[in-house]
Amino acid sequence: MGTDEKKPLEKVCIICAKGNLEDVMAALIMANGAVMEGIEAKIFFTFFGLDGITKKQMNKLHTATVGNPAMRMPGGLPFPTLLGALPGVEAGVTAMMKKGMAKLDVPPVDEFLEMFTAGGGEVYACKLAVEMFGLKKEDLWDDVQGILTVGEFYEMCDGDRTQIIFT
Amino acid sequence: MKELDIAGVTVKLDDEGYLVDSSQWNEDIAKGLAKESGLELTDKHLEVLKFLRDAFNAGETLTIRKVGKSGIVDIKTFYKLFPKGPLKLASKLGGLPKPTSCV
Repeated sequence: MGTDEKKPLEKVCIICAKGNLEDVMAALIMANGAVMEGIEAKIFFTFFGLDGITKKQMNKLHTATVGNPAMRMPGGLPFPTLLGALPGVEAGVTAMMKKGMAKLDVPPVDEFLEMFTAGGGEVYACKLAVEMFGLKKEDLWDDVQGILTVGEFYEMCDGDRTQIIFT
Repeated sequence: MKELDIAGVTVKLDDEGYLVDSSQWNEDIAKGLAKESGLELTDKHLEVLKFLRDAFNAGETLTIRKVGKSGIVDIKTFYKLFPKGPLKLASKLGGLPKPTSCV
């Protein structure tokens, strides 16, 4: 063993600060992927990321079609920003994204959160952002384990095989 | 590569402990592999393993979500039955290759 000893990851703490469909999904995939591997995982939703655990919004997240240079037409042609601003385009693109994910057995946000917590994952909301947006505990998804200060979240991120990931 | 004698059969395992020849699998092999992992298999475990094998042999990509929708166990129970990485452990005990899905 000696210096070759492997030190597998034991805990990941993921911070989701953006509320685009793909940002919330990326956080969920990374976090759920951790519990699938037997790694402890927690997600801290803050700022616009809170949409991912707000009952009214969580299943209506969108992909941004404006200001997203990596987005292209099917076939690879550039996607003009002005086109993304037209009514209905964002909804259409979002629907395509959702279809693509469903094909790979990626569940919608609420079901994904349920899968994650069923595997022992924990979900938290940022106190500052909750207050800033004027949200209440009952506006949030029922299984949110707590509304925490940044300090309280960091306390949970102890351990020398822990990683904090900001998505 | 490692060889293991289970119920009178010699099986080959790869470096990560997955059965090399999936066709050698049967319930006794599953129980023997489980013992290696410190797990005692119940009928419920075996039911899950058979479901995974059938799905795999039908060409499906195995995911935890599919197990949750199988009607055999919910996801919480799946994690309890096969602790610390249920899909990997269940694939291993089911004589299947390491799962390739991220969800």
